Amino acid sequence: MATPLVVSEVFKSFTMHLRDGIKLPVINDVNFSVAGGECVVLGGPSGIGKSSILKMLYGNYAVDAGQILVNHQDRIVDIARADPRTIIDVRRHTMGYVSQFLRTVPRVPAVDVVAEPLFARGVDAAEAREKASDLLAKLNLPRELWSLPPATFSGGEQQRVNIARGFITSHRILLLDEPTASLDAVNRRVVVEMIAAKKSDGVALLGIFHDEEVREAVADRILDVLEFSPRKAAA
Amino acid sequence: MTDTPLLKVGGLSKFYGSRIGCKDVSFELWPGEVLAIVGESGSGKTTLLNCLSTRLMPTTGSVEYRMRDGNFRDLYHLSEAERRFLMRTDWGFVHQNPADGLRMTVSAGANVGERLMAVGDRHYGNIRSTASDWLSRVEIGTDRIDDQPRAFSGGMRQRLQIARNLVTGPRLVFMDEPTGGLDVSVQARLLDLVRGLVNDLGLAAIVVTHDLAVARLLSHRMMVMKDGYVIEHGLTDRVLDDPREPYTQLLVSSILQV
Repeated sequence: MATPLVVSEVFKSFTMHLRDGIKLPVINDVNFSVAGGECVVLGGPSGIGKSSILKMLYGNYAVDAGQILVNHQDRIVDIARADPRTIIDVRRHTMGYVSQFLRTVPRVPAVDVVAEPLFARGVDAAEAREKASDLLAKLNLPRELWSLPPATFSGGEQQRVNIARGFITSHRILLLDEPTASLDAVNRRVVVEMIAAKKSDGVALLGIFHDEEVREAVADRILDVLEFSPRKAAA
Repeated sequence: MTDTPLLKVGGLSKFYGSRIGCKDVSFELWPGEVLAIVGESGSGKTTLLNCLSTRLMPTTGSVEYRMRDGNFRDLYHLSEAERRFLMRTDWGFVHQNPADGLRMTVSAGANVGERLMAVGDRHYGNIRSTASDWLSRVEIGTDRIDDQPRAFSGGMRQRLQIARNLVTGPRLVFMDEPTGGLDVSVQARLLDLVRGLVNDLGLAAIVVTHDLAVARLLSHRMMVMKDGYVIEHGLTDRVLDDPREPYTQLLVSSILQV
């Protein structure tokens, strides 16, 4: 089977047109791949471009040059060049993403926020909600919150909704942006177990974890993002 | 993923005398896809929407629509009868001001039922029960079925307009600032409703809005217009989170944070 995710010679900068067009280089010449069943962790200090890498892989940020090759339903898609429709299809079926913060939609209850990726794939609503409930229970989210919209939840509660939403599908690639940042020790361990389960299912995981204990527990390999930093030369 | 678009737009331009309404717009829209057209007042977004929906004749360019029989037809070569049939059945048009899309002096039920009669439904009982079903889908109490929209609040009128448009099972819906003029809690309810209906029915929609939050919530894809030109086009979250063009950066950085 083809490698789920291959990143090759990717460059990214931001041009700030409102600041006289100054160009801020973010990362240069990123090269790596993630195999199925492997969890690769992006390491390095804050502000070095770790989240930006995840966002590029997810199609959320554009790239200046290079290729991001995803094995999507037995064909290779280059996210760097794919049209919006293809990226949406990749997100729906192949690549999941747990962001640092939950973007809540007004009025939608937590259980439906979690089940939505399954709704989008046409899974029966009752079945999707059952699976969502199982995950929320596993992550110890109080049952009385399930039917409420998450906008008023605490940071840790929102994060657990977000994690459940990211883990509910059987996507072959999962991007994790500090999923354990605002969790207590018990729930951190739950997430570590969930990541281990994904690995044994053959999912390719790429994540950012500042918590050393979690990183030790899940990482097969740590990729030092400082290597790709344009500031490397200056440092 | 279906491989045939629903709508193909090529080189569409509209001039008002020598002034540009919109210039050289090309894109394709697929079933189930929601496209947001954003930009400030006067950027040409409503002109574009009106050209696409045949409410306005473009100066040049083509708009092809895939009819239910699978054949593409150039919208500007349809006969008036064909065009009206399309607008009444296969399309919806949600106006910013509900009064423009509703009959204010006939009952809510009749507003919904009228579109059904346009597609040949004649059985009063069926029409009434379908209308009643749609009123509840847009969260209007069925006890209000005989009331005129004049007696409805702004949010209810807008929901009624949506029910009237969706009752015939259209494949493409045009929306012009659907949440404009509604207060925020009413807006949230309407957005949630539209989002749900678009997902459930697999509609394609083109939504004109100046509200980037509305665009983020509803749309998959986004076109940014300025002075009649489409200056940036892409995945909605990409355009909003990594805007490339100076004007888009200005727009995104001007959003008020709550």
